[in-house]
Amino acid sequence: MSFQAETLTWGIGRKTVLHELTFSVQPGEMLGLLGPNGSGKTSLLRLLAGLKTPAGGRVLLEGTDLRRLPRRDIARRVAFVEQHAGTTANLRVEDVVRLGRFPHRRPLAGWTAADAQAVDAALDRAGMTAKRGDGWHSLSGGEKQRAQIARALAQTPRELILDEPTNHLDIQHQIGLLRLISGLGITSVLSLHDLNHAAMFCDRLLVLHHGHIVADGPPAQVLTPALLHGVFSVQATVDPDPQTGRPHIRYVR
Amino acid sequence: MRNAAGTGTGLAAGGFLLAGVVLLLLAIGLNVGVGDLRIPLSTTFYALTNALGWTAEPLNRIHETVIWDYRLSRSLVAAGCGAGLALSGAVMQSLLRNPLAEPYVLGISAGASTGAVAVVILGVSFGAGLSAVSLSAGAFAGAFAAFAFVALLSNGTRSGADRTILAGVAASQLFNAATSYIVTTSANAQQARDVMFWLLGSFGGVRWPEVWLVTAAVGLGLLGCLLYARILDAFSFGDEAAAALGVNTGRARMVLFAITALMTAAIVSMVGSIGFVGLVVPHAVRFAVGPLHGRLLPGCAVAGALFMVLADVASRVLVPQQILPVGVVTALVGVPVFSLILYRVQRAS
Ligand SMILES: Nc1ncnc2c1ncn2[C@@H]1O[C@H](COP(=O)(O)OP(=O)(O)OP(=O)(O)O)[C@@H](O)[C@H]1O
Ligand SMILES: [Mg+2]
Repeated sequence: MSFQAETLTWGIGRKTVLHELTFSVQPGEMLGLLGPNGSGKTSLLRLLAGLKTPAGGRVLLEGTDLRRLPRRDIARRVAFVEQHAGTTANLRVEDVVRLGRFPHRRPLAGWTAADAQAVDAALDRAGMTAKRGDGWHSLSGGEKQRAQIARALAQTPRELILDEPTNHLDIQHQIGLLRLISGLGITSVLSLHDLNHAAMFCDRLLVLHHGHIVADGPPAQVLTPALLHGVFSVQATVDPDPQTGRPHIRYVR
Repeated sequence: MRNAAGTGTGLAAGGFLLAGVVLLLLAIGLNVGVGDLRIPLSTTFYALTNALGWTAEPLNRIHETVIWDYRLSRSLVAAGCGAGLALSGAVMQSLLRNPLAEPYVLGISAGASTGAVAVVILGVSFGAGLSAVSLSAGAFAGAFAAFAFVALLSNGTRSGADRTILAGVAASQLFNAATSYIVTTSANAQQARDVMFWLLGSFGGVRWPEVWLVTAAVGLGLLGCLLYARILDAFSFGDEAAAALGVNTGRARMVLFAITALMTAAIVSMVGSIGFVGLVVPHAVRFAVGPLHGRLLPGCAVAGALFMVLADVASRVLVPQQILPVGVVTALVGVPVFSLILYRVQRAS
């Protein structure tokens, strides 16, 4: 088991954002997190990355409570890509990607061949090699997103957590990114807003609504007209794609 | 193993550092030379090499006395203070992700001033009653009081950058008010004028003991910051991103704020509040060597020292027969730079 959430509860102030969530993520699985704005996707992903402490319940990473793992040990295997990453420092793309090696380097150790190789490979996979010398402030929104993904890949994670990674990307790069993630062979948990993309690429979908899990299962089981109406308040028809057999959603005006 | 691009900027940073050190030495020579008694650069040079036993050039005794007893110690303290303030500014800006942050914004130097003024005017004495020691101790106490106030008000070290800045504004207001209160209620006219002059920053009274104190404080501060250089890089995208990379963000913040508070207190207790050095220098250095801290921090130390030594020269030659407080000179340069950054920040957001 990669991640295991047990009656996971989190809130801010007096407001409970996530209500007793229980689910698990299998190794190598690509789990899509769906839900309307404010349903708690970002909050849940932060809890999985150990960036917030649960108010109740716990998150296990391969059987160990996240709270009992040192931060650096978590960062060696879990990489996290934020929804909005910004900086005032005009770092070059390559320097951003090099940050991914931070948890692997001992405090005063130099830059090793393995570090350089991980950075080159990550830049290549994210399609950012040509931009490696460019400054952060000169990048487009999509390029910033890809630079952050390259940084996460340079962490050589076994679990990858991404918060709306297809945000800002054009359609070619959206598909390219999802294909990249599903081809990595590592566990990934990502929040998505495009339901058809989620159906095409994810092995399993988890739907959040007001901080409750309202569906959990393979795309064909989860994406039903009834759920789309109940959670997203949209009318839609769902048909299996003739080639892949995966559900395809057509929205009704 | 490094790629071509990395080595390129590495070389550029090395060149910047080397040029900075050479310019700093020249600036110190210039600083020693200016004043009522002009001393040629060659005399200063020979005074130094004579002392090292490399040369035996006969020199004017008065020149030698002025160099060794007044001017050289003053220049070195100016260099040390500039380095420390620039370093503190660079660290605060990175930690708070706010281009306007420096020890003054966080109210740490206001706190240090209050502590030192309390010692001078109220005669609060720490232990031995030795005035220099009491003054430093008072400034340390004040700086840490301000630090604790900011930490408490911004909810420990776990809250966001904006709240820390606001807490710093409150701390500045509080401690400046406390300083004014002490001065207006307890000081006589002469004391009030002295305190005003000192508050704006002055290298007038410093001698060799101050050189050793500033060297120790800033040297240790630089070492500590360099050990945290990579962690500071990891803070580039904010606290959460740093935590996701495995940084213990609470501890890193605590240690780095403590280092900057120590450096600031040591500097304020010796030479008063000198503003804007921590603002101007890091921005200029970032422009030259980029934002990575392994290069930025040494660059700031050297460039800050150079800036302050030149500001001290300017404070003595701008108005004939008069010495301006050095804080006035740094403000003359700093305020336009501050406005420019403010303008650019507003346009970016
Ligand atoms: N720091 C915070 N302060 C106040 N409220 C918060 C905070 N973080 C989350 N919330 C609240 O928790 C709820 C869930 O937020 P979250 O960001 O997890 O939603 P989300 O599903 O990621 O939404 P989106 O699709 O818009 O990204 C929201 O109602 C939000 O207002
Ligand atoms: Mg979100």
